[in-house]
Amino acid sequence: MEKKKVIEELKKKFSEKIKEVSVQFGDEILHIERDSLLDIVQFLKDKPYSYSMLLDLTCIDYKGQEPRFEMVYHLFSIPNVQRLRIKVGLSEKDLRIDSLASLWKNANWLEREVFDMFGVDFKGHPELKRIFMYDGFEGYPLRKDFPLRKRQPRIQMRK
Amino acid sequence: MIGNFVSTRFNYILGWARKYSLFHYPFITACCGMEYMSTAASHYDWDRFGTGWTRFSPRQSDMLVVCGTISHKLAPVLRTVYDQMTEPKWVMAFGTCTVSGGIYDNYAVVQGIDRIIPVDIYIPGCPPRPETVLDGLIKLQEKIQKQEQAWRWKKRK
Repeated sequence: MEKKKVIEELKKKFSEKIKEVSVQFGDEILHIERDSLLDIVQFLKDKPYSYSMLLDLTCIDYKGQEPRFEMVYHLFSIPNVQRLRIKVGLSEKDLRIDSLASLWKNANWLEREVFDMFGVDFKGHPELKRIFMYDGFEGYPLRKDFPLRKRQPRIQMRK
Repeated sequence: MIGNFVSTRFNYILGWARKYSLFHYPFITACCGMEYMSTAASHYDWDRFGTGWTRFSPRQSDMLVVCGTISHKLAPVLRTVYDQMTEPKWVMAFGTCTVSGGIYDNYAVVQGIDRIIPVDIYIPGCPPRPETVLDGLIKLQEKIQKQEQAWRWKKRK
């Protein structure tokens, strides 16, 4: 399966949902609308495209830009040996996106990490709570406006 | 007069015995653990200097070797391990992360374990060479020898 054909099929099927297709370092990047994420990902996961492996899922904070946050999904097709990157912009006021935990088991923990570090709300996630930071930790530490020297100790410090 | 002499000699003998049987508890969280292993294993063999065996129980150890980054999430655990150790006890801060937080000046890492527990010897280095560790160990032994030793029948001031 040629990658160009995959992009063409996607453009045919989800024409108005795909904002832009760009190429960086030999890999295609799809910029898509937020509400169509589950449909597009399900379409890519099924045969014959078989992007059946979720390599990584993360978030970027572009402070001062609109939309401020950007979710990044890395997909891999094992039979076709191809990679594809999907990007979804999220504004700060409405920081919600559909969860992929129903499609991939590993998305569960990856999304919990993004929730922990950026505060993105994943709709349909089975157990959305902090994964790295402890209970009672305030704020989202990987956001650009998190105070650099802010410390939140769990026990009394000696000095 | 004679009492003072006996007490001083007893203090000296206790210090001599304690500095050469430092059974230690390794609290290893990061890459400094590799350097700890090479120092403790046969090549550098810090048992030559009287470090004794590694005890994997804080209640039976005299020295707490804290190797590696201590995060705020882990801080209560380290404090509990220190509190579980019986007197007399000493703490070795092994590596830059335990001394000052090192390169990790961020939201997650404790900026030096002396903010949680008292530290007797600081060994800087990222990670420290085994020679540095042995030097630190000898300095700690000198410190123990010079210390006022506590024992059960001693009069409390």
